[in-house]
Amino acid sequence: MSDKKPERRDFLFTASYAVGAVGAAAVVWPLIDQMNPDASVKALASTEVDVSSVKRGNTITVLWRGKPVFIRRRTEEEISEARSVKMEDLIHPEKDEDRAKNPEWLVMLGVCTHLGCVPLNDKGDYDGWFCPCHGSHYDTSGRIRKGPAPLNMEVPKYEFVNANTIKIG
Amino acid sequence: MSDHDYTPSSKVGKWFNDRLPLLTLANHLTDYPTPKNLNYWWTFGGILTFCLITQIVTGLTLAMHYIAHADMAFESVEHIMRDVNYGWLIRYIHANGASMFFLAVYIHIFRSLFYGSYKSPREIIWIIGIIIYLLMMAAAFMGYVLPWGQMSFWGATVITNLFSAIPLVGEGIVTWLWGGYSVDNPTLTRFFTLHYLIPFLILGLVVLHIWALHVPGNNNPVGIDIKKPSKDTVPFHPYIVIKDGFALLMFMIVFAFFVFYSPNILGHADNYIEANPMVTPAHIVPEWYLLPFYAILRSVPDKLLGVVAMLSAILILAVLPWLDTSKIRSAVFRPLYKQFYWILVADVLILGYMGAMPAEGLYLLIARVATAYYFLHFLIILPVLGFKEKTIPVPLSITESVLGGTPNLAAARNKESLEKSE
Repeated sequence: MSDKKPERRDFLFTASYAVGAVGAAAVVWPLIDQMNPDASVKALASTEVDVSSVKRGNTITVLWRGKPVFIRRRTEEEISEARSVKMEDLIHPEKDEDRAKNPEWLVMLGVCTHLGCVPLNDKGDYDGWFCPCHGSHYDTSGRIRKGPAPLNMEVPKYEFVNANTIKIG
Repeated sequence: MSDHDYTPSSKVGKWFNDRLPLLTLANHLTDYPTPKNLNYWWTFGGILTFCLITQIVTGLTLAMHYIAHADMAFESVEHIMRDVNYGWLIRYIHANGASMFFLAVYIHIFRSLFYGSYKSPREIIWIIGIIIYLLMMAAAFMGYVLPWGQMSFWGATVITNLFSAIPLVGEGIVTWLWGGYSVDNPTLTRFFTLHYLIPFLILGLVVLHIWALHVPGNNNPVGIDIKKPSKDTVPFHPYIVIKDGFALLMFMIVFAFFVFYSPNILGHADNYIEANPMVTPAHIVPEWYLLPFYAILRSVPDKLLGVVAMLSAILILAVLPWLDTSKIRSAVFRPLYKQFYWILVADVLILGYMGAMPAEGLYLLIARVATAYYFLHFLIILPVLGFKEKTIPVPLSITESVLGGTPNLAAARNKESLEKSE
């Protein structure tokens, strides 16, 4: 093979294969991409929540994009506990100040970063959340402290529209 | 093989067979020379074929009544259970049939491990079998999601999230699998589609599995190569057909016991609660047949490594023919391997038990030791054993082993040295 000089025919073969591969990929892509989130799913991008009735030390759970979102109105003890933790003690170091801009309100996805279960409130070794599936412990800032989960619970994009309403997404 | 000489006796048969040799195939299957010493552990291939057909037939009939929609799936299953004529029976056969299928496949796999059926020249049969096993797990998992109960929903969430452990693209893959930002209706409809498709893929692979089997012929409890046909073989029909049929009847008694007396014992009560994305059940446990792998997943404290360990535990089986370096197939003639074999069986059972227990304290410790041993068995013990083990001389023929005379040691050694020199 190697000592044969490339002919016109070899060029034609290679060109045909290349065009064929591009064509096949162009046909396959729609069949793959149809499985991605569709327009109606993407349209449910944001949700507004009235939090006026939430008392200190309570958590409400709302559904956003099919996932639970924890909105916790934290007590002073919980805030000071979350803010006094040293960064070296964290598996995924994040300051509580960055996670809860308004220290009283902690808003985060109630989804364990291990395999997606919903952690339980007021449970675990760090007074925050505990995931019953595989035993991950989260602190009062929703940060992973112990167990198989690699990351802190995710803080979604949100803002206070007014004093009583949070817009998530 | 002698079936090339086959000519149908009738004129019509001959006319048809010249155009499509189906009768030649049928003749090959009935006359197929089978080792005469096959024991009851060899009947599970037939039993598994029965399980596959049962799942396909009951599945097709259930699909006539089931509605794959997040708002209606749970109710439609209750509708099948309460309103559809014999719906309860068909669904219980299908649900327990999955467990029976796995029971049979585990016996089938462990038979192969004991008698060395995966070894040369049967590696392709074995690898096709492992692919079938993987597809069975996928089908079973997606089938369990369809009733859209709590265990369905959270099982789907946990298993699809395994892919999020992949660096960089993991999250994108999970969103793609879900068709959204969580397990929801798009996930359910695609799982239904794939659950419907996979059994037919398995059916096709079963044909290849049997085809590949019919090239070298069956292994046997003595694990030696035999001449076919010879006085060491019997025709598949009627000898093996009758034996398989009897074993199948015994198996169906067990099957019927579960269907009629304890149809829910292998399931989980939480799956009679409709899926709720806001609440995770206190204990998420997969179906019993996935528990050993679940224990391996949980025994590794790192997310990515846990997933890698779990997948490796399955995929390591595919390279087993090359990990086991011993030339002797059957454990009957391998005194050390026989002991390690039973330790492995115990190890897998222990892993299964630990998978059902909470992942903490002593349970976690035992699961970790058992996980380590599982990999030790395949990666260290098997390769080393092939070189170190002093095997018992194998008989020269099945007849010799059946008649029980002392094996001709000199001849056996001579044969072994011949094999080694090959």
